[in-house]
Formats: sequence, C-alpha cells, structure tokens
Amino acid sequence: MNDALFRASNISKRFGHTEVLRDVSLEAKRGDVIALIGSSGSGKSTFLRCLNLLEQPNAGKIHLNGRELRLAPGSDGVLKAVDPLELRAFRSKISMVFQHFNLWAHMTAERNVMEGLTVVLGMSATDARERAQHYLQKVGVYHRRDGFPAHLSGGEQQRVAIARALAMEPDVMLFDEPTSALDPELVGEVLRVMRAVADEGRTMIVVTHEMSFAREVSSEVMFLSKGVVEERGKPTEVLLNPQSERLRAFLANSLK
Amino acid sequence: MIDWSVVVVSLPDFFSGLKVTLLLLAISLATGLLLSVPLAVARVSSIFWLAKPVWLYTYVIRGTPLLVQLFIIYYGFAQVEFIRESAAWNLFKEAWFCAWLAFAINTTAYTTEIIAGALRATPHGEIEAAKSLGMSSFNLYRRILLPSALRRALPQYSNEAVGMMHATAIASTVTLVDLTRVARDVYANHLATVEAFGTVAVFYFVLTFTLIGVFRLAERRWLKHLRPQTDAAPAIAVIAK
Repeated sequence: MNDALFRASNISKRFGHTEVLRDVSLEAKRGDVIALIGSSGSGKSTFLRCLNLLEQPNAGKIHLNGRELRLAPGSDGVLKAVDPLELRAFRSKISMVFQHFNLWAHMTAERNVMEGLTVVLGMSATDARERAQHYLQKVGVYHRRDGFPAHLSGGEQQRVAIARALAMEPDVMLFDEPTSALDPELVGEVLRVMRAVADEGRTMIVVTHEMSFAREVSSEVMFLSKGVVEERGKPTEVLLNPQSERLRAFLANSLK
Repeated sequence: MIDWSVVVVSLPDFFSGLKVTLLLLAISLATGLLLSVPLAVARVSSIFWLAKPVWLYTYVIRGTPLLVQLFIIYYGFAQVEFIRESAAWNLFKEAWFCAWLAFAINTTAYTTEIIAGALRATPHGEIEAAKSLGMSSFNLYRRILLPSALRRALPQYSNEAVGMMHATAIASTVTLVDLTRVARDVYANHLATVEAFGTVAVFYFVLTFTLIGVFRLAERRWLKHLRPQTDAAPAIAVIAK
C-alpha cells in the first residue's frame, strides 16, 4: 500500500446540490498508466481536475510520494490547500495536458515549454531552452518551435502542450481528454506521443474516449458512472469482460 | 485666396504650439498607462474593496466631460480656501499642472477600462495551464495575464491615444499655448480663418496619422501571434477553417 507514488482517497465533489463525485479513490505506482473512462457527465474530468486542485473537492485526501497535501475546508465547505506554497510545489510535480491544449497564445511553442522551467522551477534561460528543445524534439515539433500556437495545427499544439508538461519532469502526468478536440486525422500523432511517454515509464492518469489506447497502454482502467467507480481493474478484464450493465452499454456505444 | 504669408509668418508659433501639444500628450499618456495597469488589475479583482473604488472612479470620470473636469481642477480648486492656503496651491495655480492632472485622470479612467476588458478576455484555459504548473498569482499576472492583455488592448488603446491627442485642444482654454491656442491667436491677429484653422487642421492630421502609424508598427511587432499566416495558408483555406 505504501509504495504508491500518488494516492487520492475518497474524493467527493458537489456542485450546489448535485453530487458529481462520491468517494472516488485512485492509487498509482510509479510507471502506472491509469485510464479513466465513462460517458460524459460521469465525473471523470472533474475527478481528474480534483487531483491537482483545479477543482476543489468537498472531501478527500491526496498523497504524493507519501506526503499528504494538507487541505482544509473553507467557508464555502470546499477543501483548499492550507499552504499556497505547498500547493504550488505539489502542482509543479503533477503536470496536466488539457483537452483544448491551453497554450499561451502570445508565446512561441518554445517559450511555452520554457515558461514553467524558468518561472516555476527557477532554471536559467539557457538551461530551460536546452531542455525545452529536447522535449520538443521528443514529441516531434522541434521544427515548429518558433511558431505561435494559432499558427500550429491542433495535433502540433497538443504535442507542444505535452512537451510543456513533460519538461517539468513531473512525478505524475494528468491528461484530460487530450485527443477529444482534435480532427480525426490528427488523433493518431498525439496518441503515438502518449504511447511513447508511457513506454518511458512515466506515471500517467488519462481521461480518454480512446478505447484502443485504454486497452493497449493502460495498466488499470477505471469506469466511472454517475460519480462513482462502477468497475476497475486490468484493461483486459474490464474492457473485454464487463460485469455491469452500464459498462456493457457504454462499451457497445463507444465501439460503434 | 489663401494668404500664404500669414501661414509662413505664423509657422514658428505653430511649431512651438506643437511642442506644447506633444509634451502634454506624452506626459498624460505616460502617467495614464503607468497608473492604469495596477488599477485594471484591481478593477478585475474579486476583492470588493479593491474593485469597487476603481469602478466608481472610472464610472464618474467617464460620465463627465473632460472640459468640465479641467475647469473643476483649474478654476474650481482655486476657490477652495483650504487648497489655496496649502502647499499644494503652488501646483494648482499652474495651468500646466492642472492640465496634466486633468488629462492624466481622464485617460487613466478610459485606459483602465480598456486593460480591464482585455484582462477579462483572457481565455480561462491559459490561466488554468499556468496554475497547473504551480505558477504563483504574481507570476500569473506578470508572465501570462498582463503580457497577453496589453497586447490585445493595443488596437483599442491606439484609439484612446488619438482621442487624447485631439482632446489636448481643450488645454487651450486654461491659458496653455498649444496648437489650438496658436490657431486662435493667429485668427485673432489676422482675421484669417482658413489660414489659421486650416493650418492647425493639417498639423493635427499629420499628427494623427503619425500616431496611427506608430501603433501599426507596434501591432505588427506585438500582435504577430494573432495574425493569420498569409504565406502558409491561401485565402480559401482560411475560410474553410
């Protein structure tokens, strides 16, 4: 139990009176790739966003490297980090890739990757540029490093975003439907990069609709439905031998 | 028809008026820009006591004419005994100071709203991306929000700067000898309407287009990231997207 690199326990979240997550837990060992699947509205994205506190849960605990991120309820009843500095240090070790890339529009691709390195990690510009170029090369967009996000294709933008997350050399990487906003012909290039990242032994938590990715790359699949974990386990078991009616229906729909 | 000798004789006066106009414009815009960045940050703040006073300030200033504001500062304050007897009177009795103060207060209000609007228009995802990397609020403003908002505000701000340039004509009502005041003097001395106001119109016209040209260059430099890439994509492909 204690060799978990990252652990989120009993995360619950309400929006007003609507309960969107109830007691959802997750544990990742180093090198695990956990795929979160479920229909829209199942709470999988909200859960992912609770993991780095972009969304504040109402209850739950989060551990990274055996250390608990200290949370305390605010006046509105949702949990907030006790110490903003601790939260920032925590977030710098958990980087996120977003559905809509969220690159900073006024910076070139290379600047986007360098920004966290210089501003958050305090690296020198020279070192940051070197590292940024290394990771841009790795995701195959080095030749586009001087381009602005608006001048890149969706697939290129998402690969830059992955480079930005990778360059932080985080303990855990969160992916929030990284291919859902892409044209179908661009999905492949992003998935290939994600596979390569997984093959390197990075710890990844991925919200996805790509069942083939979940089946072939992940070490664990979690199926969320209406804010609770309906099924979880090895991808072969969960995806090929679904126990619940809901998962069967979901898989039948997503294989169409 | 046009008496060119009047124009030629008055040219040195027009150029010294130009100097006054430009100086007043420059110090007002510089003060305005300097003040409106922190004020805009306060304006979009979720903290009531930061946001509301700024809102009130821009609301009042934008709701009253610049001429009235200038008269209140130049003529109005002179009637307040408290001010006349204080050390501040040394400043308030100067037309230059009053004009600068009124213009700075006015342009600050408009510029604050322009920058605040641009700040609010920042895509939320860009803010989340910065937070998700562990960036502090200070760095979020310094590195992401302000650089992108100030760029976006540029086209609107160029309108404000040109408007301000035209508004400096109002300074002629409080004894400053700017371009407009020179034109009125020339008219009074020679009773030559076209020569006096035609010449000053040409001055303002050239000034306006110079200013617009400068902003065009600035936009080319700072808004590169928003321009479509004309070399890469033919027009039809842009439409298709």
